[in-house]
Amino acid sequence: MRKKDFDVIVVGAGPAGLAAGYVLAKAGVDVIIIERGKFPGSKNVMGGIFYREPMDDLIPDFYKEAPLERHIVEQRMWLMDDTSHFSFGIKTQKHNVEPYNCFSVFRAHFDKWFAKKVVEAGALLINETVVTEPIVEDGKVVGVRTDRPQGDLYADVVIAADGVQSFLAKSLGLRDKITPEKVAVGVKEVIGLSEDQINDRFGVKDASEGVTIEITGPFLKGMEGMAWIYTNKTSVSIGVGVIVKDIMEHHKNPNDLLEEIKAHPSIAPLIEGGDTKEYLAHLIPEGGYNSIPKMYTDGFMVAGDAAMLVDSVHREGSNLAIESGKLAARTYLEARQAGDFSERMLSRYQEKLEESFVLKDLKHYRNLPELLEEKRYLLTDYPQFIIDAMVELYTVDGTPKPEKFRKLKEELKSRFGYVNLAKDIFTIWRKMR
Amino acid sequence: MHFLVFIKQVPDAAQVRVDYETGTLIREGVPAIINPYDKHAIEAAVRLKNQFGGKVSVICMGPPMAEDALKEAMAMGADNAYLLSDRVFAGSDTLATSYALWAGAQKIIQEEGPVDIFFAGKQAIDGDTAQTGPGIATRFDIPLITYVVDIKKVDPEKKTIQVVRLVESGQETVESPLPCFLTVEEELNTLSYAPLPYLIRAAKTPIKVLNSKNTEIDASQCGLKNSPTKVKKAFTPPKRERGEMIEGDSLDAILNTLYEKIEPVLKTMGKVK
Amino acid sequence: MIKQDITKYKHIWVFIEHENGKIERVSFELLTKARELAKDLGCEVHAFTVGDKVEQFKDEVFKYGAKKFFIIEDPILKDYITEPWRDAIVYMIEKHKPEIVLIGATTLGRDLAGTIATKLMTGLTADTTALDIDPKTKNLLMTRPTFGGNLMATIFCPDNRPQMSTSRPGVYKAIEEPVKGEVIKEKYNFDKSKYTKKIIEKIIEEGEKINLGFYDVIVAGGFGMGSKENFKYLQELADLLGGTWAASRKAVQAGWAPQTRQVGQTGQTVHPKIYIACGISGAIQHVAGMKSSEIIIAINKDPDAPIFEIATYGIVGDVMEVLPKMIQMFKEKLGKA
Repeated sequence: MRKKDFDVIVVGAGPAGLAAGYVLAKAGVDVIIIERGKFPGSKNVMGGIFYREPMDDLIPDFYKEAPLERHIVEQRMWLMDDTSHFSFGIKTQKHNVEPYNCFSVFRAHFDKWFAKKVVEAGALLINETVVTEPIVEDGKVVGVRTDRPQGDLYADVVIAADGVQSFLAKSLGLRDKITPEKVAVGVKEVIGLSEDQINDRFGVKDASEGVTIEITGPFLKGMEGMAWIYTNKTSVSIGVGVIVKDIMEHHKNPNDLLEEIKAHPSIAPLIEGGDTKEYLAHLIPEGGYNSIPKMYTDGFMVAGDAAMLVDSVHREGSNLAIESGKLAARTYLEARQAGDFSERMLSRYQEKLEESFVLKDLKHYRNLPELLEEKRYLLTDYPQFIIDAMVELYTVDGTPKPEKFRKLKEELKSRFGYVNLAKDIFTIWRKMR
Repeated sequence: MHFLVFIKQVPDAAQVRVDYETGTLIREGVPAIINPYDKHAIEAAVRLKNQFGGKVSVICMGPPMAEDALKEAMAMGADNAYLLSDRVFAGSDTLATSYALWAGAQKIIQEEGPVDIFFAGKQAIDGDTAQTGPGIATRFDIPLITYVVDIKKVDPEKKTIQVVRLVESGQETVESPLPCFLTVEEELNTLSYAPLPYLIRAAKTPIKVLNSKNTEIDASQCGLKNSPTKVKKAFTPPKRERGEMIEGDSLDAILNTLYEKIEPVLKTMGKVK
Repeated sequence: MIKQDITKYKHIWVFIEHENGKIERVSFELLTKARELAKDLGCEVHAFTVGDKVEQFKDEVFKYGAKKFFIIEDPILKDYITEPWRDAIVYMIEKHKPEIVLIGATTLGRDLAGTIATKLMTGLTADTTALDIDPKTKNLLMTRPTFGGNLMATIFCPDNRPQMSTSRPGVYKAIEEPVKGEVIKEKYNFDKSKYTKKIIEKIIEEGEKINLGFYDVIVAGGFGMGSKENFKYLQELADLLGGTWAASRKAVQAGWAPQTRQVGQTGQTVHPKIYIACGISGAIQHVAGMKSSEIIIAINKDPDAPIFEIATYGIVGDVMEVLPKMIQMFKEKLGKA
């Protein structure tokens, strides 16, 4: 009988780890969560958008007591070059009523609250402790080693939710070192403004309503990435994430890029007069479906960013993390029933993920990274054309409208050619299936 | 042996910023920490416990959130943690605080047994008074040794201790019988990276809460009303504006400029021939 | 809360701190300030202390305006030990009921004051930087720094006596104003069995006791000075400008300077006309001890060092490059080449 200290060890108290811990604790499992930061959330930067649905499933009506900033009623998308931006989006009262759709959050506050609920459910949480490696016996993961004296712990199963760099998954050979094209570096500033300033500038009634703006386009000069602006209660989070490979190739310092974005004429008025309260940087998984490592082995499962479960097209990560944490926990419960923690048993984790929106969404976009790599101009030339076209159409200069449209058609033809355009549309449609 | 450590949860004074417009401190976003000197007190107690056997109890007077500080103290190796929390303590000055802590400590002695050494940090970084520790020691009527920088010898059989403390002109070695009260400097020890079992035990052990109802605390000696000293006003000191950075093509040019700027003052001070 | 009968308390008492037959300068500073307060209150300034031979201090004490000098002499009080000193002083205070007691916030003072105040069940305000009399209530208003000097608080003690305060050396000036005074010797019966603490040995640090507050120019060195040897430049520059040298806590901890030269929250508070900070980062704890200097000149190789936020003039550079040149140049300019 192998000795064990706990039934399950969860590494990392982010959304994935906490979700797993919650499901396990509620099921009466003896679970410990090990967090490297001073407290859950202290190491997380995703000060961004949190989706209600997977969380509500876990803790019903959580939004009534959790520390959230604003519930999002409008989501805008901008295609931006250096002087202009073309925008589209949707604002709906359907997202302005309970139970709401998504919220802006500060992870340092939210995770701390979430962790409290998980501890109340019966899980043990320890902070300021780094898990340095898995303990493997006879090819099976039987525990983890930490950086503290007398720091070895044994369990039936280890769930690694240790973030984008997951040393655990790496050391077990489940995934390779992250390569620069599979990950983006995100830098973010939190800029303080008054509630009124934010309400006025973003066109919302009061400080409970929020807006998000996602921005991409030629302003990135061919780099693959996205900028974003989210409204919090009394501040605005503004950030940009760019694939590390592009940052390197363009020799662009992400901080400089953020400064340029802040100074952009479309954006500067939104943050005018605000003071920077916080500055953070982090890595974001970007590789999509094709970069997902093997997510399980004997006695071991990987969840959240550690498993590269981020849908960058839709800016979703925390919901995939929570869902994967839940599914890892449920897989353990099935394994416990059978008294079998082998790789074969834990492969059910992958199955569950395939059946859920997590892998279905990622599969949907699996070819996108490759597509963008091949056809980088999709990020620059097409958006540029759209911007130029809109400027042209909305400029009243005496040119008759039929002529304007003719000019645009000619532009389209000369810039891209109808054949290429058709080919691209076909390729995109095919790759997205 | 039984060691009792008094700790305080304070805002991290190094991160506190001044709002010159309102004349108040900006405490928002400033993390609450265990008073740094108290951490060294906990460390000292835990080390002695590991050396001689026994247990370490920690007591903290504060609002409910001070539980975090007690959890941290346990993660450093303390065995029992007590939160002394009650509305009647609000607004206590050092006299009222030393009373409440002394009374709370009586309860701990009742539950856990007599204490051999009482520890506290030399002062709290928010109040900076350094009065509470000496106040508690006086109420216990036991020897007080402040500014301890080294513990040289502890003899559990003879019940004596020898420590080194700072004095104005140097250091002195003091011997005292136990029980006694030590207030400690940060030079006393370097904080250890606690072993994992401490953290697990801390996560598993609940904090015990003491208040005016489950102790013999006399509310007429607590709180703002019963504090001899009261705050008439709080204000921010005048802001010292950032001055001038002297620049120049060469170090000589810079120093020349500096000299020119201060020469008039040096003249009035009679320093220039 | 226990309240004392305020009407029975009168006069201001100043504690005379002494070691090896010499009075600490802070006592004279406090006597000077006490005289000012006494004018407002219409009362007298008295001095008090304990020790084995303290009557000898009377002449100096009277020189600074104390009309009475209360003492207790006993061999048990030869060296400073908290408990017997406290008990003797508490006895005198309870007997004579001063309305205000001032003590220097030295290591000894801070060790002693809290335990006296607790025995007397009265209020004590530590490290005050300003003392005034409230014109309406005649209460003592005691202003002190908190949060490392970021917030000042004015404290008063309306219902308890004596109103006690400790003040840091260097906050007030010591000015003589001789009076004819009298010595009042008290006697206290010590229960020797109570005093179980004893001093095994005392190590006085090398070098003289230095009162930095005495100088109008201070050249201070921090961790950026790099070594003990480099501190000689501070001395040289200080001599040139007729001042003295000092050190930050980090430098003292590194063993480059004795504690007696330390400026800061746990060292001396100074406010010279010119303070030159060399290789000092400007941490709150240090700044608290020198930020009211009139002119602050800072030299540090880190342009973002917090010291530049409060410096009148800042030079970004390596102290070991700047100092020698500065000394040479100033030597020439001051005609001392």
